[in-house]
Amino acid sequence: MSLGDWEPVIGLEVHAQLLTRSKIFCSCSTAFGAPPNTQVCPVCLGLPGALPALNRGAVEMAIKAGKAFGCAIAPRSVWARKNYFYPDLPKGYQISQYELPICKGGAIPVPQPDGSVRRVALTRIHLEEDAGKNVHGAGGSQVDLNRSGVPLVEIVGEPELRSAEEASEYLKALRLALIYLGINDGNLEEGSFRCDANVSVRRRGTQKLGTRVELKNINSFRFVRQAIEHEIDRQVALLEKGGKVVQETRLFDNEKGETRPMRTKEEANDYRYFPEPDLPPLLVSREWVEKVRIPKLPHERMAELVAAGVPPTDARTLTADPRLVELHARIAEAAGPDSARRAANVVTGEVARLLNEGAVDLEAPRFQPAQIAEVFRLQDAGTLSSTAAKDVIAEALRTGKAPAEIVREKGLAQVSDESTLEAVVDEVIARSAAEVAKYKAGKKNLLGFFVGQAMKDLKGKGNPGVLNALFKKRLD
Amino acid sequence: MNPSLLPLGELTRAFERGEARPSAVLEECLSRIARLDGKVHAFLRLTEGEARAAARAADERRARKAPLSPLDGVPVGLKDLFCQEGIETTAGSRILEGYRPPYDATVVRKLREAGAVLIGKTNMDEFAMGSSTENSAYGPTRNPWDLERTPGGSSGGSAAAVSARMVPGALGTDTGGSIRQPASLVGVVGMKPTYGRVSRYGVVAFASSLDQVGPFAQDVRGAALLLRAIAGHDPSDQTSSKRPVPDYDAGLEKPVRGLTIGVPKEYFGEGIDPAVEKSVRAGVAALEREGVSAKAISLPNSPHAIAAYYLVATAEASSNLARYDGVRYGHRAPKQGSLLELYEKTRASGFGAEVKRRILLGTYALSAGYYDAYYLHAQKVRALIRRDFDQAFASGVDAVVSPTSPWAAFRLGEKADDPLAMYLNDIYTVPVNLAGLPGISIPSGFTQGGLPIGLQLVGRPFEEGTLLRLARAAERALALPQRLPPILERA
Repeated sequence: MSLGDWEPVIGLEVHAQLLTRSKIFCSCSTAFGAPPNTQVCPVCLGLPGALPALNRGAVEMAIKAGKAFGCAIAPRSVWARKNYFYPDLPKGYQISQYELPICKGGAIPVPQPDGSVRRVALTRIHLEEDAGKNVHGAGGSQVDLNRSGVPLVEIVGEPELRSAEEASEYLKALRLALIYLGINDGNLEEGSFRCDANVSVRRRGTQKLGTRVELKNINSFRFVRQAIEHEIDRQVALLEKGGKVVQETRLFDNEKGETRPMRTKEEANDYRYFPEPDLPPLLVSREWVEKVRIPKLPHERMAELVAAGVPPTDARTLTADPRLVELHARIAEAAGPDSARRAANVVTGEVARLLNEGAVDLEAPRFQPAQIAEVFRLQDAGTLSSTAAKDVIAEALRTGKAPAEIVREKGLAQVSDESTLEAVVDEVIARSAAEVAKYKAGKKNLLGFFVGQAMKDLKGKGNPGVLNALFKKRLD
Repeated sequence: MNPSLLPLGELTRAFERGEARPSAVLEECLSRIARLDGKVHAFLRLTEGEARAAARAADERRARKAPLSPLDGVPVGLKDLFCQEGIETTAGSRILEGYRPPYDATVVRKLREAGAVLIGKTNMDEFAMGSSTENSAYGPTRNPWDLERTPGGSSGGSAAAVSARMVPGALGTDTGGSIRQPASLVGVVGMKPTYGRVSRYGVVAFASSLDQVGPFAQDVRGAALLLRAIAGHDPSDQTSSKRPVPDYDAGLEKPVRGLTIGVPKEYFGEGIDPAVEKSVRAGVAALEREGVSAKAISLPNSPHAIAAYYLVATAEASSNLARYDGVRYGHRAPKQGSLLELYEKTRASGFGAEVKRRILLGTYALSAGYYDAYYLHAQKVRALIRRDFDQAFASGVDAVVSPTSPWAAFRLGEKADDPLAMYLNDIYTVPVNLAGLPGISIPSGFTQGGLPIGLQLVGRPFEEGTLLRLARAAERALALPQRLPPILERA
């Protein structure tokens, strides 16, 4: 459907679970996948009399996000209770932040295809606790409270996005940035990174925002695009027919690829927010903020790689996976100043392939970036052909053996010694009289045939450059 | 004298001198409970087994002269909102009937560590909402001085138990007067510490920013010993203070000469029983004889306290009581068609009328469009009330003196159908909770009809030591004749 002169306006709210080991208000584990209701205590079960005790690790991670995205970090923020009834919410309220969140303003840097970086403004970032999970089965509904009390940051973006594509780019950039910061695992399927979208449309050129609809239950990047596109089309069609958009919350049905109403404004909860009396205001000193270190974000790493000579496509591949970009940095460091491009080539090629195959484990201690640097040196010294180099890298990554040892064991060393090669060249020329005649008559592309024959005799270990030169010397 | 009739502060000395043995005292208490509690109904349940084991262990330590603390071997009652591992804890509500907490409240743990003998759970207004203990889902408690009258509330069971010598000490909670008012009505000492002095962890919440745990005893020293045992920072309650806990007992007998008490005119106004005013003024005179100077002061915003309190406390309660939804523990209405029905029927059948009234009030006060006019406004009034006290303290007042309650014990049912009249019980105690200050009620005399009257002293934040010293001086100077409640004399 054509948008005509309608302009979509989209703002995203992301809930990201923080990677603390324990929950935000008690010491229960946050590990995913344990049997139901085994990681619980009086606090996260909401038992009578239990009180929250703040995990400062969660605060530190929120500070990290705030610093990385250029937010103003509040020296004093206030916990608030969001009151509503639901079986997965054991206290009947969620401890969150409302009027005074820990972070205000800031922006998410979103790398653009042309290499520039777009900054999408944030409204706020606040801390809160996750709810449990309702599990619906044949025997009825049950509640698993392992997730109850897992720390979350809610990252609220300004409505600056204008298409489903932009929304998807924003989400990808945000997810990756949180992974780089080490505060979220970016796992949409397990629900540790969740997104709600506020969507409205307005006549192009006008300022006033249209009535917005909140979309929930979008748990993959594909669904984000689908849900938003569907919703934009629905609203435009409605308005074109002279209808009105109703302010409501709609649920995305990922099987049908459409949104359907969940509750209208009239049915919306009045959350009756008020300051949480069980927790004093959250005080964050300037010293604390200064002490928190933040790593470089993806767009910064990308700019550095391009400046070091890595082609932009490789740079994008590397930065898209924090493991790869880290590995690249370690190899480049071991291999010396001018190796960035070459290291990128290996990491995006051979290493990425092995990782995808599950053949290597970057976490295993036997993996040494210095091994790859060593392969580069062997190649430079003429000991390894580029084909053999790939084999050595694969073997080194799999086994942790030193490249020189692999070369020795497998007999992969390249033969560059001219006297050895001359004997082979003579042998090939002697048995290929017809081809030699044709070559001399002007069919110069037969040079490849001669080199190929020699390589065959040498079981692929001859130095092709030296062989080329020797044949030319003999025949020309 | 039978050691089990001694005030807590003297019983500990009898233990020290070897004149009494914890197990013997416990048995006396249990048999007195067996004899009297059918009439008084101070206890909801007893934990005799656990108590006897604890008393035997205390016997052994006392014999070795190696007590865990001065409280070692002292029987203590617990208001039924302190979580005690494995022991039913109902907060006086049907909705928690049969609920057994899997953990100990911090104060319960501290009492155990001090060697106290936990004897049972005492009756209370449902979720501590009330001033007469008539709002208990398990029937009212009666005043040992007159069984037709209430012991006050909400900690009426703990107060009555100490008054009837069923137990030398007990713990209660005080959100708007729930320790001091019943202490006054049954003629014992009851103290609400500074907000943050005692951990609230494991205490079923009514209004989180006002609730505070405190002791009951017959004498000031007993209250001081109990307070010392339970006070202090608790990492599990982040509203608890890190200030060190002084040895309140050590300073108790120090002279009070040179201290100043303020007498606020707003606390002796309309509605007060003249006998109460007379008794409290006599208490002031007694303190003056000890060298304390008294001066007239004004706390002009205190008359607004009740209005502010019933917004703040109910707002917090509406949220604190949301967890009683029938999903995880406690009462659940028989199987319902929908989730909404489960909630509605469980809460409709599980909560009593006063609790429902307060949940409704509080929900309304927090609702969109009303929050600023009610909740926020009440918080501003609260700040003004605190400022009044601060100014009094800044002008050299060490403690504020007033009646604890405008009247002595009233009859069961007398105010039960008139919530507003019931709320006025707390006009002198509620401002103290709103200001977060320590307050203590001590017996100051009797009405002509023989009902106890209480005097309240309110101190600077965290100056419980000074407050207890003044209370002890008044106790000494008043030298009230030892009178036992008639129920004990008859027995």
